Amino acid sequence: MAQHTLIALLQDRPGVLHRTVTLLRRRGFNIASLAVGRSEVPGISRMTLVVDASDATQVVSQLDRLVEVIGVTDVTNEAAVQRETALAKIVASPSRLAQLVDIVAEHGARVLHVGDDEMIVEITDTPERVELFIAFIRPEGLAELMRTGRLAMMRGRTPTRLEAPAHYREQADGAPHEEAAA
Amino acid sequence: MANADKAPSGFGGAFLVHTVLMSDVARSTTNHPTPLSVAHPPRETNPLSRTGAQVMCEALIREGVSVMFGIPGGCIMPFYHAMWDYRVKLRHVLCRHEQGAGHAAEGYARATGQVGVCIGTSGPGATNLVTPIADAWMDGTPLVAITGQVPSALLGTDAFQETDITGITVPITKHNFLVTHADELPRVFREAFHIARTGRPGPVLIDITKDAQLARTVPDWNVAMDLPGYRPTSEKSAAPIDALRRAAFMLQHAARPLILAGNGVIQANATRELIALAEHAGIPVVTTLHGLGAMPHDHPLAIGMPGMHGWVHVNRAIQACDVLLNVGSRFDDRVTGKASTFAPHAKIIHIDIDAAEIGKLVHTELGIVSDCKSALHAIFAALPVEVPSTRHAWRAEIETMRNAHMPRQGYTRRDRTAPLMPHDVFDALNRAFRDRQDWRVVTDVGQHQMWAAQLLDWSRPRTHITSGGAGTMGFSLPAAMGAAIADPERTIWVVVGDGGFQMTACELATIAQEGLTNLKVAIVNNGYLGMVRQWQQLFEGQRYSGTPLTGPDFAKLAEAHGLRGVRVEHADEADAAVAAAWAHDGCVVIDFRVEREANVFPMVPAGRAIGEMMLSELPAPESVSTTSPKV
Repeated sequence: MAQHTLIALLQDRPGVLHRTVTLLRRRGFNIASLAVGRSEVPGISRMTLVVDASDATQVVSQLDRLVEVIGVTDVTNEAAVQRETALAKIVASPSRLAQLVDIVAEHGARVLHVGDDEMIVEITDTPERVELFIAFIRPEGLAELMRTGRLAMMRGRTPTRLEAPAHYREQADGAPHEEAAA
Repeated sequence: MANADKAPSGFGGAFLVHTVLMSDVARSTTNHPTPLSVAHPPRETNPLSRTGAQVMCEALIREGVSVMFGIPGGCIMPFYHAMWDYRVKLRHVLCRHEQGAGHAAEGYARATGQVGVCIGTSGPGATNLVTPIADAWMDGTPLVAITGQVPSALLGTDAFQETDITGITVPITKHNFLVTHADELPRVFREAFHIARTGRPGPVLIDITKDAQLARTVPDWNVAMDLPGYRPTSEKSAAPIDALRRAAFMLQHAARPLILAGNGVIQANATRELIALAEHAGIPVVTTLHGLGAMPHDHPLAIGMPGMHGWVHVNRAIQACDVLLNVGSRFDDRVTGKASTFAPHAKIIHIDIDAAEIGKLVHTELGIVSDCKSALHAIFAALPVEVPSTRHAWRAEIETMRNAHMPRQGYTRRDRTAPLMPHDVFDALNRAFRDRQDWRVVTDVGQHQMWAAQLLDWSRPRTHITSGGAGTMGFSLPAAMGAAIADPERTIWVVVGDGGFQMTACELATIAQEGLTNLKVAIVNNGYLGMVRQWQQLFEGQRYSGTPLTGPDFAKLAEAHGLRGVRVEHADEADAAVAAAWAHDGCVVIDFRVEREANVFPMVPAGRAIGEMMLSELPAPESVSTTSPKV
């Protein structure tokens, strides 16, 4: 089944993630990945959602029915930047670890920690290249894997339907949010 | 001095005393050391100050609510305490079970088009509302459910009578709210009623912690709604004119067009627009279960109900049409049968207020997200003056099918030896309804529901109220209570089976307590859960597992409640019983003891194409061709 990548703008209210996930479960859409966090505007969250569906029209229109979903767009066939981050723990002999430090760097991964017989690396790249990297390190002694979900952002100006509502933006401009100020 | 001074209207002295006493009690307990104390807080000097519970009452009045259905309990007690001060404007109907309160609010909403309001306490009070909330969700009924919740300090601790009702109702509400601060109440109530009544209507739940009901606040009634993600389609939101013109063009050039009209036409009050379009273009109209009454049954273009228990000529017309205009119906599987075989020759135009319904189940050539009224009006305006002449051939073809099949479609007495057939009951009701305008019928779920849909003469919108999408047995009696209270000038007839009646029969006590005289109950009593028994007979080798059903003497049960009860066992007694019930100034329960194993026909077995209809108990389905019949 095909995968669709969706970007949604949500009101940052208790339970909004629950509503989203409940809706997808109940309509029978499998969530391949989900990443959500605060947006540039206080009170508004932005979500990237990857679902297994041959046709995402129903996912989009059902999500759009949720009162706290401000806007949602299927960016699968749009010019969108897509990134994913993974942390991987590799267990290997000290000599192999020493070699791997250089090899993973060539793949664009960062070494975050090297111990006696294990190391932790981070890769941030397109979902396809993250997959390739994981496939590469798996035989090297991949002991633990932790992935963020996919993050997506459309190129160019943000379409109106994915823009934070005016009164939220004004609030943000007038009185900077604690996090934004910090 | 007392709380009553701040109430919006004047009250008698006796009741002031009550309030003072309650306030004294409140004062004496405010110093209680535990922070979980549920005492009424001290009075403030600001005359605009209100308790959260008072704000709830005033918010309801501002939303135009005049009747509420509910049951009190621990965590909703502050609301009930405040409600007493507002009782002149805000009538509370005490039901016997929260399910009854919820259905009553639904019946009220379906009869009036206004938002129905039901109330329950936390825990079981709230969970008992789940069924009517789900029912309202499936049928697009505007409903606001108010539930009490444990004090906010106890949330999440498995406190006594605590249930996560907002979590439970996420999949069956348009939206829900958990309110923990009294300040939020004006905005939340405004948003809740706005969401419930706009777009595709539906249920909204407001869960309010006990401390929020008790806390004092100065309500800000000018607070703005904060619903940036809620953009309901309304009569004013214009559908794309290109799509509407294209719909008109498709209808104009169709040889065998058909209109399928559903609940959306009733909800949008668009029956006049529907009839105008049908007459102007000469298009036959099919009405779904929830569309019954959108077109008078004797209108030459009204051909009847489709689907699992629809008429043969209607289902055949659907399978033969070349353009199908679905207006305000959502292609429920009880209408379409196996969806992939539905209307195989038709280009489908679908008008729906809810964008998510378009293309959900059936391939749609042209989807129009719009309120039914404005869309029908716009299509009408876009049609040319002349009607294509081929329409006459198409209408004649449907008429021929109707004449060929109607005598076999169940309206004739199947068993001339049975003293009382279900059909006799519906004949008697039809004779009583004829020439009268002052009635509505509320049906339950099962065989009687389908017979009523097939056999009663539906002529006006909102006269047929039933549980369609959810199929909730036990809906009818409490829903009729709500309809009877909404409109005391009309007689509300409950048509119910003995199974469904026994699910909410406790509401007879509510009917008696409220003195509802305009409510009459016709129990089609066959001693079975009849629809399930019919399936068992037709598809499961007559293994009647769990379907034979006994019950009390329903006439005596009515009498025990101080209502009138009668039993009818012969066809020739039916007319007199109905007439006497109508004439009696009080609720009457008629126990019609009908032939036990009568079946509803025609019938499309579940999962089959709607052309494959059974017309009798014959073992093999009598297949009616799904291909387009040649004229």
